[in-house]
Amino acid sequence: MQNNTDFPLLFEQTKPGRTGYSLPPLDVPETDLSEVFESSYIRSEPAELPELSELQIIRHYTALSRRNYGVDSGFYPLGSCTMKYNPKINEDVIRMDGFSHVHPYQDTKTAQGALELMFDLQEQLKEITGMHEVSLQPAAGAHGEWTGLMMIRALHEKNGETQRTKVIVPDSAHGTNPASATVAGFESVTVKSNEEGLVDLEDLRRVVGEDTAALMLTNPNTLGLFEKDILEMAKIVHEAGGKLYYDGANLNAIMGYTRPGDMGFDVVHLNLHKTFTGPHGGGGPGSGPVGVSEELAAFLPKPVVRRQGEEIILDEDRPDSIGRVKPYYGNFGINVRAYTYIRTMGPEGLKRVSEYAVLNANYMMRRLSEAFDLPYTQHCKHEFVLSGRRQKKLGVRTLDIAKRLLDFGYHPPTIYFPLNVEEALMIEPTETEAKETLDSFIDTMLEIAADAESNPEIVQEAPHTTVVSRMDETTAARKPILRYIPE
Amino acid sequence: MDFRYLPMTEQDKEEMLQTIGVKDTEELFSDIPEEVRLKGPLQIKEPKSEGELKAELAALASRNVTMKTHASFLGAGVYDHYIPSIVDHVISRSEFYTAYTPYQPEISQGELQAIFEFQSMIAELTGMDVANSSMYDGGTALAEAATLSAGHTRKKKIVVSEAVHPESRQVIDSYGRGQHLEIVTVPHKDGLTDLQALEEAIDADTASVIVQYPNFFGQVEPLADIRKIIDTQPKAMMVVSSNPLALGFLTPPGSFGADIVVGDTQVFGIPAQFGGPHCGYFASSAKLMRKLPGRLVGQTKDEEGRRGFVLTLQAREQHIRRDKATSNICSNQALNALASSVAMSALGKKGVAEMAHLNIQKAHYMKKQLEAHGLQVIFQGAFFNELVIKVDDDADALNDYLVTQGFIGGYHLGRTDDRLKNHILVAVTEQRTKEQIDTFVREVAAVHAKQY
Repeated sequence: MQNNTDFPLLFEQTKPGRTGYSLPPLDVPETDLSEVFESSYIRSEPAELPELSELQIIRHYTALSRRNYGVDSGFYPLGSCTMKYNPKINEDVIRMDGFSHVHPYQDTKTAQGALELMFDLQEQLKEITGMHEVSLQPAAGAHGEWTGLMMIRALHEKNGETQRTKVIVPDSAHGTNPASATVAGFESVTVKSNEEGLVDLEDLRRVVGEDTAALMLTNPNTLGLFEKDILEMAKIVHEAGGKLYYDGANLNAIMGYTRPGDMGFDVVHLNLHKTFTGPHGGGGPGSGPVGVSEELAAFLPKPVVRRQGEEIILDEDRPDSIGRVKPYYGNFGINVRAYTYIRTMGPEGLKRVSEYAVLNANYMMRRLSEAFDLPYTQHCKHEFVLSGRRQKKLGVRTLDIAKRLLDFGYHPPTIYFPLNVEEALMIEPTETEAKETLDSFIDTMLEIAADAESNPEIVQEAPHTTVVSRMDETTAARKPILRYIPE
Repeated sequence: MDFRYLPMTEQDKEEMLQTIGVKDTEELFSDIPEEVRLKGPLQIKEPKSEGELKAELAALASRNVTMKTHASFLGAGVYDHYIPSIVDHVISRSEFYTAYTPYQPEISQGELQAIFEFQSMIAELTGMDVANSSMYDGGTALAEAATLSAGHTRKKKIVVSEAVHPESRQVIDSYGRGQHLEIVTVPHKDGLTDLQALEEAIDADTASVIVQYPNFFGQVEPLADIRKIIDTQPKAMMVVSSNPLALGFLTPPGSFGADIVVGDTQVFGIPAQFGGPHCGYFASSAKLMRKLPGRLVGQTKDEEGRRGFVLTLQAREQHIRRDKATSNICSNQALNALASSVAMSALGKKGVAEMAHLNIQKAHYMKKQLEAHGLQVIFQGAFFNELVIKVDDDADALNDYLVTQGFIGGYHLGRTDDRLKNHILVAVTEQRTKEQIDTFVREVAAVHAKQY
């Protein structure tokens, strides 16, 4: 059995005097710093950072990487996260000096290549979403949500409608939706889903009113179902004076088929790290551009990237802008990757992305429904939600199924979300997976379902093959150890 | 046309459609109402082959002046620093960069341990008890700190020094509007926060005082004196935005009793990338641990007693607490935190101090050279690697000229501060050689002399 010393922390491998860096010698006459700085401002004890050679550091991180799992390692059907292939050309392009070593405060005349790319990406995203203007500023999806809601707030305030303090979210919404509403100073109100898994129009009519600022919606929703009554919903919200907010987490299902702008949405955010192949990086960085209708364009965050004659400029002169939401101009590095992807795929390619994402999801859904409960039976879009309640009756929980998948070399689906499905398993295959991969995964799921009946222990006690077994998360939260403390 | 990322064959498609029981994929989209259907193809650019696209984008990239083609004296929050070669090799391992947030600890121990080490190094550098797994950037981290302080103290007033980065202040303003916070600005005086004005601004409604160390002008704020002023209001918190490289030399804010320390680790292994992504950090005292925004990684044991790491204290977060969460943040900057971890490991205990020292020495050498050439360096306090020059001529024209001479000039402070028209903030990092500094000073002095 391995113990701590098999995978020591950097700090536990330290030996005083070892170094892994190479800095030039000081080539200027030295200033006596004790004459410049008060002694109490000169660090008395050096920060206890690791002391290792370059090879030791490389071995450390190589060992860690082998204890990690990415899309390149295997199938990653994590619902709502769109874990598609991250193209390698994207990585080559952002590493070009002309993109990676440009300073944000260089005169814009000396950064026209970067600005041109940003401007053209905005143009492509405007067309893909059907919106009037796009800003690349927000750093991630949740940041885009907050930015969008702040614009809606600014619009209502400008119209003197300060009583619009409520944001409506469906019970199936991502947790970021209500959290972003709070951070933007709104109160969130829940609208129920009906038996079909769609927003209940009657309930929507009940909750809208003079206090409605906006309805936040993903379409397709988190159950992977298209809200077919979207135009009626838009009408209900708009007639009440509210705005429609599109959470772009699920855009991968509809590119080239329909656009948020055509469905009546006023604000959209996109997750470029989902639909547009920015790598997830183990949790980030992402990029969450926002698109708006003409009515909201004046409120976009500053600065706005736009064309002025031959030049692309950073427009700061935006009196109605909600202000700055992030230093500089967004996560350019992720935006470059997304742009490269869009230019690789073109109009036909992006439509096929959605076509195959939806085909893959429906194929998996139909085959898996032989062994797992399918709470909503209509065709899905790019993802679908199964319920593990049949297995739960046998004493095998959804968590156990997820852990058992690890033994077969798969990343499990999203589990226990959305909240309106018992023992939920949310599966999103994406378009970049081959049928053979889907078939192997399906066979494994069916085998696990069979084991749940005949040999439940093997599922309940999983995983059996990973480098560690299930973690004691209770103690981790009760007695948090959040940093290395030398013994 | 074929697409190399799409493995679907006609045969696959037929088999799958048959299993589903539909005749074509259009049927799967039949729930999209006709009225909202896109009628023609998307009007976006036609695709290009891999080689053609790479060539086109390389041509676009070559239109930018870069910190490789020119010697940069521009900083103001983003710096040209040494990036050890190993950084990119580590973050290019796809087990790291193609992974999602480590929700499944059994197959994510690598990422989780790397983040735990990041948290440890940040806590160590800042002198704080705990640090989170990272934030979008230093500016939004500062805004989240303001929000946290207001929530924790149940007070609404945030006192911000004008010597804090102007864009960070603007981000605080934007977040503050959402949270109905009252943001009060304290002016700078001689390049430092005006302490008398600070004393006047702070009151019983104050949630926190926000300062930057070293501040936007490169000057070292007297944190001990600032802490004393904050202590006149027992509840008010001290929030410090800090360049973590400077903390290789300076006494960390934690030693002065800071409650929250935030900043950006771009200085450690992250290229400028036209402003992002960089990597915010967020460190605090132990008592705020359960209120931190973003992800936290904690150490624990598995069923067999082996050490391992998990995402922890998730009850703070949006996917559990929804509208009651401490923040709406979902993602972090894990890959950039990894880059910074590798850079901090490579530099290590000795290298971080040495790099900080090189920055200070070179910046002080430049100050002497500027003064020897008759140029005015306006703030005279202790500083790290940035200083402010006042020029008599048009600062923007000077920078235009410097580009033609192979330099990226400093940041024109007049962009955001009317009092500082034609004042230029210049950064000198360990990357700048004596020869570059000497030439730069000569060029600035020559332009200066020519006009007056």
